[in-house]
Amino acid sequence: MATTDQNKTKKVQVRRFKPEENPEKHYLNQEKGLWAWLTTVDHKKIGLMYLASIAFFFFIGGVLALLLRTELLTPAQTFIDADVYNQVFTLHGAIMIFFFLVPSVPAALGNFILPLQLGCKDVAFPRINLASFYIYVIGAIFTFISITTGAVDTGWTFYTPYSATTGTSVLMMTLGIFILGFSSILTGVNFITTIHKLRAPGLTWNKLPLNMWALYATSIIQVLATPVLAITVLLLAMERLLGIGIFDPNLGGDPVLYQHFFWFYSHPAVYIMIVPGFGIISEVISTFSRKIIFGYWAIALSSLAIAFIGFLVWGHHMFTAGQSSLANMVFSFLTFLVGIPTGIKIFNWLATMYKGSIDMKTPMLYAMIFLFLFTIGGFTGIMLGALAVDIHLHDTYYVVAHFHYVMMGGMVMAFLAGLHYWWPKMFGKMYNEFWAKVTAVVLFIGFNMTFLPQFVMGSQGMPRRYFNYIDQFQGFHQFSTIGSYIIGVAFLMMFAYMMHSLFKGKKAPANPWGSRALEWQVSSPAPLHNFDHTPVIIHGPYDYHQPMSEFQLGIATSHNGHHAGEPVTVEKSVTDKV
Amino acid sequence: MAQTSAELEERLDHLQHHFVDSDQQFDSSKMGMWVFLVTEILTFGGLFAAYIVYRSWYPELYLEASTELNAFWGTVNTAVLIGSSLTVAMAIRSAQLNQIKGLIINLWITIGLAVTFMVIKYFEYAEKFEKGILPGRYYSYDGLEHEKANIFFSIYYMMTGLHGLHVIIGIGLMLWLVKKAKQKVFHSGYYTPVEITGLFWHLVDVIWIFLFPLLYLID
Repeated sequence: MATTDQNKTKKVQVRRFKPEENPEKHYLNQEKGLWAWLTTVDHKKIGLMYLASIAFFFFIGGVLALLLRTELLTPAQTFIDADVYNQVFTLHGAIMIFFFLVPSVPAALGNFILPLQLGCKDVAFPRINLASFYIYVIGAIFTFISITTGAVDTGWTFYTPYSATTGTSVLMMTLGIFILGFSSILTGVNFITTIHKLRAPGLTWNKLPLNMWALYATSIIQVLATPVLAITVLLLAMERLLGIGIFDPNLGGDPVLYQHFFWFYSHPAVYIMIVPGFGIISEVISTFSRKIIFGYWAIALSSLAIAFIGFLVWGHHMFTAGQSSLANMVFSFLTFLVGIPTGIKIFNWLATMYKGSIDMKTPMLYAMIFLFLFTIGGFTGIMLGALAVDIHLHDTYYVVAHFHYVMMGGMVMAFLAGLHYWWPKMFGKMYNEFWAKVTAVVLFIGFNMTFLPQFVMGSQGMPRRYFNYIDQFQGFHQFSTIGSYIIGVAFLMMFAYMMHSLFKGKKAPANPWGSRALEWQVSSPAPLHNFDHTPVIIHGPYDYHQPMSEFQLGIATSHNGHHAGEPVTVEKSVTDKV
Repeated sequence: MAQTSAELEERLDHLQHHFVDSDQQFDSSKMGMWVFLVTEILTFGGLFAAYIVYRSWYPELYLEASTELNAFWGTVNTAVLIGSSLTVAMAIRSAQLNQIKGLIINLWITIGLAVTFMVIKYFEYAEKFEKGILPGRYYSYDGLEHEKANIFFSIYYMMTGLHGLHVIIGIGLMLWLVKKAKQKVFHSGYYTPVEITGLFWHLVDVIWIFLFPLLYLID
């Protein structure tokens, strides 16, 4: 057993492990009780705790958004005054970005799915994983203290000098975000190590699911960018506490330096938000097209390329902030470059679907919505990256619309695709396919009604973050507000059918989508330790031309199977028992 | 780890359930620590960037203000920290050779040197506070001509303060290691926490080696 031949592949004896359907014991019902949940080091439960938390914050952020849209129904004051409006849009941004978007896919879905896709029992550092969740909670507590002691009215970017002088509770909010950064860093460290060291035998880099490549790229950005945010908000906190003067012009500091610091994190951070979405879309499109992914390496490496270029474009947020025109030109050019790897991905996904056997289930429907909306978001982003156009469009609703097309139309739709895709694996229940599709369509309509008019308003000069506006824009604003209510209704519908699924849903089979990926080769819900055997991988995760039996292999004997990811050759002698 | 003999396999109480064997656990922990050190470098990198930006704008400020820093005690502190890096490396060596007594002694020496560093730092800070060299808006010293002298000292306090915080965290980690070593947790088959704490301590040392010339030795 386990001898090494000249090709450096390892010979292992395998047998087939067919997943048990609807097992009696799984990760949700072993180790019961609230205390067992709160102290669990199981990555799946931590993932679900994150999922519950981000759902809560998404709800809060969403209600705030509806307040904003309601206020904008009329050109003058509708029901809240200007100061409250400033606080509401700041909180909407800060909560949605730091508490929902950044942890949404990596920490919630990623935590759940990463070890399952790698064929290991847990992430490399389970206790650090739990710690990252509690650090997130502590960060949230600081933010709530900030909200109750005067909130923040600076916008989610906390630009100096205003943030150094305003009377609102900036200190608590920045400390909350500082703490939150550590949660993000620890998740990144954990994922990078797990992907490197804990892969199952045979899971070489060229068989790694694209979702793993995306999470790998995301983790690299998290690890490299978040510390810079940490030091930035720490300096901002010190600015308020001690008046260190580095960013505050009253004390001789430079506010544009703050913007450089802030966007050095926050621009890569938008890729922290979107790149894991790309991973989900790759999985979903291949699964529901029943076809091998087109351009595996192109998609995998373009994630890394986005991560890399993403670090070089932060200056495009400061085209109007007094940067030198040479810097503007360089940043503008580099910004265009981001379009290339993104375009590569889109075309590869389209090519994957071409002549595939497409099954338009809910996750696939969300993936289609993603492709449509994200492409609009991406193209308008290129327009904003063009210097001359940006001078006109800077700080208008055009930017707001672009950002929401990318983040909500892109990221949230990808998140929903992933949530629906892995829902059966999480809870062992199916949701109502009909209502899920209806909801997706309602959401799509509501989304476009909300944000399409904002492109028009923005290009006509409606500035963002304004509490009132001139009469000319009222029609657009009202249309947009009605659209936002439709989005609200769609999410209520989603909540309803998901609750129905949890309590009364049909039991899910182990592999409802007929996927070849590793996470579908265990029972639904997953067993407590993911795999009761050591899985062996001989095909790529998208090899739909190979029989299912060859994707359910595990080491036949009690061999330990170390040396993550080494190529293996399989001795067929004991294959296909069970 | 060259040894994989039966005597080591007797002691696997340190092996967590999700790792296949001791090697995998050791490799993972070490890699995790390296990745974490990258984040540390970037955190300090932000401060170094602020340092560079202000130095390129006001080179004369740095020349002038650094004369207020005591290069003698800075040099002593550099020697102290480099010494502690040696002893922490010796601690790891002791653990690898199963010499638990040597491990504990070396850890105590390292802790002693780290405390010495902090004591010297305390006197440096105290001397400046007395003169009125306080960070930012509380700056009240009039011995320097330059109008932005307060910003130099803000950067000085941020950099050395954050570094000092890391020294304190390092002391805490090593006290914990001593406690564990006394409980006979470590042996030649399992010394991962000693190894990765050592890595952390070397980073603290390396950052100081950059801070020292950049702040004290400008002239």
